[in-house]
Amino acid sequence: MTRVGKSTTRGPSQQIDEISSKTLWQANVLLDVRELSVDFVSEDQSPAHAVEKVSFILREGEMLGIVGESGCGKTTLMLSLMRLLPAAGRIVNGQILFMGQDLLDLSESQMGDVRWKGISMIFQGAMNALNPVRTIGDQIAEGIKRHQLVRSKEWLDERVEELLELVGISANRKNQYPHQYSGGMRQRAMIAMALACNPQVVIADEPTTALDVMIQAQILELLDNLRHQLGLSVILVTHDLGVVAEVCDSVLVMYGGVTAEYADVDTTFNKPEHPYTQQLLGAFPDLSNPKSKLVAIPGYPPRLNDLPPGCRFEPRCQHAFDRCSQEKPVLHQLGSFHEVSCHLVENR
Amino acid sequence: MTVQTEVTGFRGIWGQLRRNKMGIVGLVMLLLAIGMAIFAPWLAPYDPKAPVKITIDDIYAPPSAEHLLGTDDAGKDVLSNFIFGSRVSLTVGFFASFIAIAIGGTIGIIAGFYGGRVENGLMRVTDIMLVIPDLPLAVVLVALTRPSLWNIIFVIGILGWTGTARLVRSQSLSVKERKFVLRAKAIGGGNLYIIRRHILPLVLPLMVANTVLVISLAILNESTLSFLGLSDPTTLSWGQMLNFAFTRGAMSAGAWWALVPPGFGIVWVVLGCTLLGHGLEQILNPRLETHHLAVGKQMVSRSSQEGA
Repeated sequence: MTRVGKSTTRGPSQQIDEISSKTLWQANVLLDVRELSVDFVSEDQSPAHAVEKVSFILREGEMLGIVGESGCGKTTLMLSLMRLLPAAGRIVNGQILFMGQDLLDLSESQMGDVRWKGISMIFQGAMNALNPVRTIGDQIAEGIKRHQLVRSKEWLDERVEELLELVGISANRKNQYPHQYSGGMRQRAMIAMALACNPQVVIADEPTTALDVMIQAQILELLDNLRHQLGLSVILVTHDLGVVAEVCDSVLVMYGGVTAEYADVDTTFNKPEHPYTQQLLGAFPDLSNPKSKLVAIPGYPPRLNDLPPGCRFEPRCQHAFDRCSQEKPVLHQLGSFHEVSCHLVENR
Repeated sequence: MTVQTEVTGFRGIWGQLRRNKMGIVGLVMLLLAIGMAIFAPWLAPYDPKAPVKITIDDIYAPPSAEHLLGTDDAGKDVLSNFIFGSRVSLTVGFFASFIAIAIGGTIGIIAGFYGGRVENGLMRVTDIMLVIPDLPLAVVLVALTRPSLWNIIFVIGILGWTGTARLVRSQSLSVKERKFVLRAKAIGGGNLYIIRRHILPLVLPLMVANTVLVISLAILNESTLSFLGLSDPTTLSWGQMLNFAFTRGAMSAGAWWALVPPGFGIVWVVLGCTLLGHGLEQILNPRLETHHLAVGKQMVSRSSQEGA
């Protein structure tokens, strides 16, 4: 495994201010996930297929949104990218190609070098992801120390201060503890932490959970700015379709551990083909039409160790027909960048 | 790497400890005891080991100007014995608790962090140690080995770690499930790194608080063993003093001065440890520092004009 650190000197002005959508789709592929499947094993039950054959790619500078209900495998998918599944998790199939290198082939210590330096993560629930008895600055420096990027003590101090300023926290608060930070600041500190080693890919796992709308907007704006400023590729895991529409370039809609629909953001919002995507969009308030009713999707997501034999969405789907309950739909390619796993789109 | 926290550490701890009344009282009590142990030869009016010529009147003589705390069964000065006795009691207390905390802490963290079979194995050993009655085993062990000061320290140490191990295990069990451990893994940290930098800092306050208890337990244990006549007869500890006083008729002679000082010494040191320990815990656990949920009258502190 070659070193994956980036040694560019960073100045906001030197970086591409806005990555136009045209060049984005031609940019280098950083992360190529192919047919990734994750099982959770347990002694007395059949394995739960938490993620099944999910594929997606992430280009340089792209922001990919991953949406879906709770328990649809979003976080599991993200953790498996860093090979940090809980003890019962097993990656049973697929490849994770990061800059051409399959992460699943690496030894644990090689993987340790990729973590944070190649791919870093902003965890959901910043309070829990920060060690309460260590200062914020100390925790930001942690990753830099781990990857032996420290040049001198002064340099490290400056770097930590620089990172804090980058996310809008004044540098003199670096010696404070997490409980002295507000919720939004903690989340900012988490972002600073994720950027500490100049990673190429940042996974933001529901970065705005438990924050109010104002702070949510600030955090997302910050993420979006940083992405342009630093040329990051971001995977944004969220429930919030509004957020996705605002900042993402492409969207992966997951349902019950499988890809429901994968397309660029325009297609997803304007021409969704999968009934789940359609209903998910229908379940969102439309500000331009205040009289429209919110439609809930009836039923519950499937239990992962007791999946329906056919399409996983079949029990809740309005358009389901006989075949749906017997045969798993495959991913159909519609156009250059639009994948849908539904029997309905087969003949198009 | 650990240096960084300590740089801000010790100064900060002292600065905060000064404002912590309970901790300061404990510290002063403990320092007095330690000072007494260190400067024993200068403080004690008599040398307890020096041979004395005594008459029948010198045995259990009540406190007088010559002997401030009276004399014991051998006609020796109780005050001097008391002062020199602190050396033994404190040595045993500190070293034995150090051994116990080291064993218990290591076993607890390893069991809690690694889980599975490792945990099962270690915890069953702990359980076995826990159900064996301490005192009889200590008596047997001390009786089998030569009764020397270090043997007693060792025996108390290896018998006193079980509580610490269980406590530390349960704490590290809960700490290792916290998100920041996952984050530390995501940073690329290995198991040892995570234990050192993320588990230990959260377990440490508990261990400090526990050390206090173990010190007092060790001192009590030593006193018990000495009282039962199992310590080195040539070293004079507070427990030993109690033993001599008890077995050699201090009670029937009404010589309270032979019994009270060693008992008082034990209580003094144990109390000092406890107070200091609680004070330290308040400081070492930063979340206790600002009381988010503190309720009290000072919460409403508008100026009197506003109220009127």
